Amino acid sequence: MLDSAESYTTEDGRTIGPVVMEMKNITLRFGGVVAIQDISFDIREGEIRAIIGPNGAGKSSMLNVISGFYNPQEGDVFYKGKKRPPMKPYQVARQGIARTFQNIALFEGMSVLDNVMTGRIRQMNASLFAQSIWKCEAEREEVANREVVEKVIDFLEIQHIRKTPVGRLPYGLKKRVELARALAAEPSILLLDEPMAGMNVEEKEDMSRFILDMNDEFGTTIALIEHDMGVVMDLSDRVVVMDYGKKIGDGTPDEVRNNQAVIDAYLGVAHD
Amino acid sequence: MNNRTGQSAVASIPALLHRNASRFANRPAYREKEFGIWQSWTWFEAEREIEALALGLIDMGVNAGDFVSVVGRNRPYFYWAIAAVQSVGAVPVTLYHDSATQEMAYVMDHCGARVAIVEDQEQVDKMIDIQEDLHQFEHMIYIDPRGLRKYDHTKLHQYSDVQDKGREMRDTHLSELEARRGKLDYDSICVMLYTSGTTGKPKGVVLSNRNIIETSKSSAEFDNLRHDEEVLAYLPMAWVGDFIFSIGQAYWCGFCVNCPESPDTMQTDLCEIGPTYYFAPPRVFETQLTSVMIRMEDAGRLKKWLFDHYMAHARKVGGDILDGKPVGAMDRLKYGLGNLLVYGPLKNTLGLSRVRVGYTAGEAIGPEIFSFYRSLGINLKQLYGQTEASVFITLQPDGGVRSDTVGVPAPGVEIRIADDGEVFYRSPGTFEYYYKNEESTKSTKDAEGWVATGDAGFFDDETGQLRIIDRAKDVGKMADGALFAPKYVENKLKFFPNILEAVVFGNGRKECTAFINIDLTAVGNWAERNNIGYASYQELAGHPQVLETVRAHVETVNESLATDPMLGGCQIYRFLVLHKELDADDGEMTRTRKVRRGVISDKFGDLVTALYDGSDEIFTKTEVTYEDGRKGSISATLKVIDAKVQPVETRQVAAE
Repeated sequence: MLDSAESYTTEDGRTIGPVVMEMKNITLRFGGVVAIQDISFDIREGEIRAIIGPNGAGKSSMLNVISGFYNPQEGDVFYKGKKRPPMKPYQVARQGIARTFQNIALFEGMSVLDNVMTGRIRQMNASLFAQSIWKCEAEREEVANREVVEKVIDFLEIQHIRKTPVGRLPYGLKKRVELARALAAEPSILLLDEPMAGMNVEEKEDMSRFILDMNDEFGTTIALIEHDMGVVMDLSDRVVVMDYGKKIGDGTPDEVRNNQAVIDAYLGVAHD
Repeated sequence: MNNRTGQSAVASIPALLHRNASRFANRPAYREKEFGIWQSWTWFEAEREIEALALGLIDMGVNAGDFVSVVGRNRPYFYWAIAAVQSVGAVPVTLYHDSATQEMAYVMDHCGARVAIVEDQEQVDKMIDIQEDLHQFEHMIYIDPRGLRKYDHTKLHQYSDVQDKGREMRDTHLSELEARRGKLDYDSICVMLYTSGTTGKPKGVVLSNRNIIETSKSSAEFDNLRHDEEVLAYLPMAWVGDFIFSIGQAYWCGFCVNCPESPDTMQTDLCEIGPTYYFAPPRVFETQLTSVMIRMEDAGRLKKWLFDHYMAHARKVGGDILDGKPVGAMDRLKYGLGNLLVYGPLKNTLGLSRVRVGYTAGEAIGPEIFSFYRSLGINLKQLYGQTEASVFITLQPDGGVRSDTVGVPAPGVEIRIADDGEVFYRSPGTFEYYYKNEESTKSTKDAEGWVATGDAGFFDDETGQLRIIDRAKDVGKMADGALFAPKYVENKLKFFPNILEAVVFGNGRKECTAFINIDLTAVGNWAERNNIGYASYQELAGHPQVLETVRAHVETVNESLATDPMLGGCQIYRFLVLHKELDADDGEMTRTRKVRRGVISDKFGDLVTALYDGSDEIFTKTEVTYEDGRKGSISATLKVIDAKVQPVETRQVAAE
């Protein structure tokens, strides 16, 4: 097993850094329901980390713990080596963790450009007054932020819908806009909640390419939840498998694929 | 300099560049929308960029006479690449960036390119796939580094790095570059372009500086093009038209070439730039008109009434006003009002407000579509040309525009019609030869320089303009001896917005039959408005009501054919609507979207048989190629439908 501070190089030449986020013995309960039970795993810098599992396994809850939406009753989250106190989601976002949602959460009436600009909100520090007259600091900031946003738009190839209201877009493009907004925040960790859900083969291929390119180009650490096994096995460096709130597997796609507990969870097993 | 006749002081593209860099130093030469903003380069800056790249190419070891392929969509970097390649004495070969790997392999192998300049990972991957079979291929230069960081960079270079290297080594290589540039004259090769090849393998058409510069000069004078024109470069760079408009004429006149942000943003970019000189194939005008009509269908009642009312008026007088014919004062006043309320805003939406000279060519354009644009006051004209002629063979002059002719001979072009109707021409733009294909050169261009166009046509008595009927080799005879001109009929069918493509059969047979492709945008919109559900192209194409509509269209065409004594025999007796769209990826069309008759009748042989053996429906299975090169197949049961034909009264006379 690799030391948490060590780096290694993957077969395709990417460098995976030391552990950037570590979940230790997380337990999350909603009243009597145990959503997550004593789960530990880590995320390394620069890797693509997948969380998989059947419906109701607690994957989204896990993502919500990482993003600060839920505070676990037990266990600790370590971020960049430091223990993270219970935080509000906006505080987590300020630390450089961005996310997309399983059910798209965009501002439908706003244009794509404005939606993506909201991803830059934590880089906007100008006073309300400066912003209202759009002078000095506010102008500089907006120009700088717009530049970053335009690069993201270019990267995700959504130039043609820049000025289109999000409400008029088809589902696949909305997903991409949401990804753009998350990416505009220049996150150190990007959480993707089912980025491929409801997409056709072509859209899935596009999305996979964007995820790989993002990781390659910006070195973004990505944690994703996904149902499509083919996608997960192709994209990710390491996979955590959950079932009924418990971790039943953790390792490279190959290790996970041959793990009996995982096979049972997915294919079902006879209960005596 | 030892001038041959007609040689001007500037005898090459790099020489023109140098002239422009001093004459128009601070005027924009290139613009590209990138990151949401129009970035621009002046002629002075453009020359600097091109020089840096040229020096970098010399440093890489590119020799005079080498072939360098350029594969990408319209971007300033590629236009610079072309000029840079010419500057070092090498020959640029532009390739269609959307061609499949095998097509690229053929061209790359045929010209023996040593260097390829490509856009991004997609193209790099294609080249890597084929490079094992290419013995002379050495270096590859790419523009967009995305996704390429992990690739082996021994033979792979980033465009900007090559330029940096060139700037660094300027002192070492500059004298060499100047010497090579100085050697270029009217006879040196300017560019090699591969024809799309409606039949057989593509042929490399070699065009000299004389061809390009003389043609650009005379055509620019014909339309009085100036240095302050704006063009939008959006048509494939591998196509001769783009080479003439965006390089030849742009360098000759010194006007600015604007490159769109991405293929999807074309319409927005068109509106923002508002070109003054604009070229588009009929298909683009058709698509634009269809989208306008679809939007008007959904518009409010007042708007719709305004639109219909003023468009009717425009149809009545718009064309005449444009042609400078006498029109009554009241009609002019009403047209002016219409311009304020309808035409002006519409032209602005289409991005055609400032168009002073507009051309369409490549295919026949529907008369309604053509007159729609002209009635709005857009000076849209037709031209006739081909790669071998450096585009221009005939052009329509201002004030002499008709939808069924292609114009008068371009300046310097001689035309003669052979006995069998085939059109021949001779001009300063006539190509030098087909690369490594002496046989074809001989059969196309005779010793006196006359070139066979392969098209059949005649001069219209009334206007003195050329009229093209069809490809000469496609023109045939029906079993009873009547003239068979498939393209003429296909064009008539394609003028209906619902019909995207048509292929007519009937050479040597008693009756004509046709394959039809529906237009998914137009028919899809109709289906939506009529609450007709469909899951796929195939399902919509087989819908009984769609078939009924298509039958009505076919019968209308038959009626119109019946009035033409020459072509009355080409009426369509039976047809079917194809289950898939004809596609260049499947080899059914060329990259410039012309149907390949031979391929289609072989591939769908079972369907052709069904059209003639009287069966009502036929089950068929077709192999399709996806964009990434994978193969799949689709199967369907197609209905064969009979259409009513009209008696041709004068047919006896014509046949005798």
